[in-house]
Order: sequence, then structure tokens, then C-alpha cells
Amino acid sequence: MIIPHPLLGPRDSSEFVYLGDASLIDRPDWQAENAAEAFYDYAYLRGNPAGEHHELWYHEGGDRSWLVVTRNTVTHEISKVELARDVARAQGRSK
Amino acid sequence: MRYSGFQVIKQVLTGHRGWIPAWRDPEPKAHYDIVIIGGGGHGLATAHYLAKVYGHRKVAVIEKGWIGGGNVGRNTTIIRSNYLLDGNEPFYEFSLKLWEGLEQDLNYNAMVSQRGILNLIHSDAQRDAYTRRGNAMILNGADAELLDAEQVRKECPFLNFDDARFPIKGGLAQRRGGTVRHDAVAWGYARSADGYGVDIIQNCEVSGFRIEDGKCLGVETSKGFIGAGKVGCAVAGNSGRVMGMAGMKLPIESHVLQAFVSEGLKPVLPGVITFGAGHFYVSQSDKGGLVFGGDLDGYNTYAQRGNLPVVEDVCEGGMALMPMIGRARLLRMWGGVMDMSMDGSPIIDRTPVDGLYFNGGWCYGGFKATPASGYCFAHLLAQDEPHPTATAYRLDRFRTGRMIDEKGVGNQPNLH
Repeated sequence: MIIPHPLLGPRDSSEFVYLGDASLIDRPDWQAENAAEAFYDYAYLRGNPAGEHHELWYHEGGDRSWLVVTRNTVTHEISKVELARDVARAQGRSK
Repeated sequence: MRYSGFQVIKQVLTGHRGWIPAWRDPEPKAHYDIVIIGGGGHGLATAHYLAKVYGHRKVAVIEKGWIGGGNVGRNTTIIRSNYLLDGNEPFYEFSLKLWEGLEQDLNYNAMVSQRGILNLIHSDAQRDAYTRRGNAMILNGADAELLDAEQVRKECPFLNFDDARFPIKGGLAQRRGGTVRHDAVAWGYARSADGYGVDIIQNCEVSGFRIEDGKCLGVETSKGFIGAGKVGCAVAGNSGRVMGMAGMKLPIESHVLQAFVSEGLKPVLPGVITFGAGHFYVSQSDKGGLVFGGDLDGYNTYAQRGNLPVVEDVCEGGMALMPMIGRARLLRMWGGVMDMSMDGSPIIDRTPVDGLYFNGGWCYGGFKATPASGYCFAHLLAQDEPHPTATAYRLDRFRTGRMIDEKGVGNQPNLH
């Protein structure tokens, strides 16, 4: 697979390390009432869709940026790649 | 029809015109006591043990394609019970014992071959770990034997003992491990279950569950609604997809694992050899091909094919371990989709939906588990309580902190 890096252009997927579902960006509030349940869901449960999947890739063999890649899990087609930083900020995270 | 030497002679004398199909091809009935989704090894084994051991005959196995067309036909055929943890080892040893009696149980030649499995050791720390594992196996009634480098050299003189990075210092052998003809496992279980009256319905895809007031009443399929007292789901690889139709999120990701076969060679390997440090394991099929594999590709996928970086990695591992294979040509390669669970261990349990039962999360260890998985799932479906060897495989163990993590890598499915 070739991942079109937003800053570096097309890069081979073997330069990257795969973490998993991009929902891992949304760490629950540890002080919330339902924190235990929310962390169980966050840490262990996955949507695991057959089709479009938002996922985190780390460019370890490159610029060490975290990317949110939108990829089809049936065809391996990549439709969108964003810096995870931008995605997190757009969701209201400060860093 | 019972298969026997006498039957073969009789058929030879009558021109082989008397053989009948090994199972029927029925249309679905309106209602069954138990419907099993997934006509793979685990689903068919479940049907066999439900009928034979627990006496349930009104059972259907529904399969979206043809039986045995999924992972039971796409694995590397290895059986073993060399696990460490209490939650796992009794289950896998139970499975190995069922393998040992499988052909007599099914009246079907599954070519169970206990040619042994050898895990290689490269360091003192690894020897300590394998010693502990071997002791755990023996405590659970399995066999284990620790070999030093000279003993390994005697059995496998072709290995690269003096590799600079991973010199071979010994191995942990399980002599009762080995290989099985994988397709025959599906066919043998199907034939046996069919003989007890189980309906095996192929080309019938589940499109949804009928759930009312928290109770599962049956499944919607491409051949219409099929009512069921209980529904068991055994579709590992596609568990996320199917259980998603029941509104459930699972502690599972789907990943692809690749496997490879070389051209046929004269017998060179005595048994199964695993080179965990180099991401490579290999055995030789009865046709002579070297059957080998390595790591997951590592990303979520439902495509039954992998990518080239892993092909390179696996072949490099093979060359590092046994340089003699350098001239052998690769004949075929393929990928199978795995349910990778959050602790690397499977799930056989009830679900929050009444009447809906789940079997999955087999990671890349599903094939060896087939008989025990079927037996324990049948036990759960028939008696509504877990089989004694499968009590740890709870669906909610991640909530309660009772993980069974052989490798101790945590909730990162692509590392298990």
C-alpha cells in the first residue's frame, strides 16, 4: 500500500506503524461519572467495519507524524489522509 | 454410508458407481432448535458435537458460500497444545486429545499426522521462558520436551545454527503436535453432522437478526427468515460484521495473515518448526510443498490478501533459518482474515441478547482449536453454561480485567 502523506507525498506503508481505529484520539474524561465504562469502551471495543475505516498510522520511518488515514478495509483503497494533529484540533483538543 | 476398507473393495468391484454425496443439500426449514451461523470448521464441529454428544438433531448450519471455503481452507494446518496460561492450556490440550481420536469419531480420514512441533530457542532468557511453558504444559497433561542444541542438530541438521543474530541454542518440542488435512476436517464434520440429521445450508447469507424484547428469535437470510430457539455465531474473521447486525461492538479487529506454499520437494522437514524470533514457521505437506507463514500484515482488513512487505519479511525469516530453501520456488500465497482479539485469546460465550451465542476471536490459532471449539460451543448452546475447559473465554473479561494475554502485550491486536 502507498500512503499519500499530506506533507511528504506518496510513501510506502512499510515506513509506518499501524495503531488502530482513529477513535483512539478521543480519550474519555477520567473524571466523568461513567469513566470506567467509557474507558472500557475506549480501550477494548472496536467498530471494526468492512468498508471505510478511519485509522491511525505513525510515520516511524519518516517524519514521525501521526496520520489519520481513511481506508477501505475491503479494497485497501485510501481515500483521505490527514495529520492527526489537525483532526484532534478540529475536534476541540488543544494539542 | 460408512467408509471402510470393505466399502472401497465393494465399490471397486462395482465400478465406483455406488458412492453417494457425503452430505445432503437441503432447503431451510421454518424453524430449528439451534441455528449455527458459519459453515467453517468451528460451526460444523459445533453441529457434530451438538448432535452426537448432546443429542440435538433439529440443528441447521447456514453458510454464505460453500462449507470449508473460509479459514478452515486457508490455514497452515498445524495442531499443537503448547500454551502457558491456565485459561488456555487445558482447552488446547482437550482439543489435541479430540484430534487424536477424530478420524474414528467421524469415520473420515482427516490425515491427522502427529509429526511433532519444535519451537526454537536462541537465548538463555528464551530457554527459561520455554522451560516454564513446558512445565505448564506437563502440569496440564500435555507433553513437552526441552532439547539442547545438539539434539536439535540431530533432528534438523539443515538449520542455520550459527546465525549471528539468532543462533539456535535448543528447542521446546511437543511430539504430539503435527498437521492435519484441513479441508477434510470441514468435510468430515459436515458428513458426520449431516448423518445425524443436521441441515447444512450453503449459499445462504445472514442479513440480520430478528430480535424482540432482547431475545433473538432467528435470522434473516438470503433464503428467507429462519426461526431458531438459539442462534450460535461462529464466523471468525467476520465476527465484527455479523455481530454488528445484532448491534454489538466486539473486542476484536479483523486482520489478514498470509500463508505460502513452495513447489513440491522431497521430504526434508521432520515436523513443524517455528522460528518466532524471525517471524517464520514452516512444515512440509504430504505433497512435498513447504507450507510456511509469519506475521500479520498488521492493519484492519477484510480483504483475503496481503501486501508485499510481509512477503519479503517472511521469506527473509525462512532464508535466515534454513538457507537451503533459497532455490525453492514459491508456488502459491494467500491471505486469511483473522478475528484478532484484544488479549490474543478467543471468546465462547453468551451475549447480552438472550438466545444469541458467540464463538470467535480465534486470532491465528483457530484451526488447532476446531474440535474443542466445536465441543465447548455445543456444550454452551446445549446446557447454557461453559464447558469446564472454556470457562475463561468470557465475552466480558475485558470489562472485569480477566484477560488471557499469552504474550503480555495488552490491547493491541496486531501484536498478539
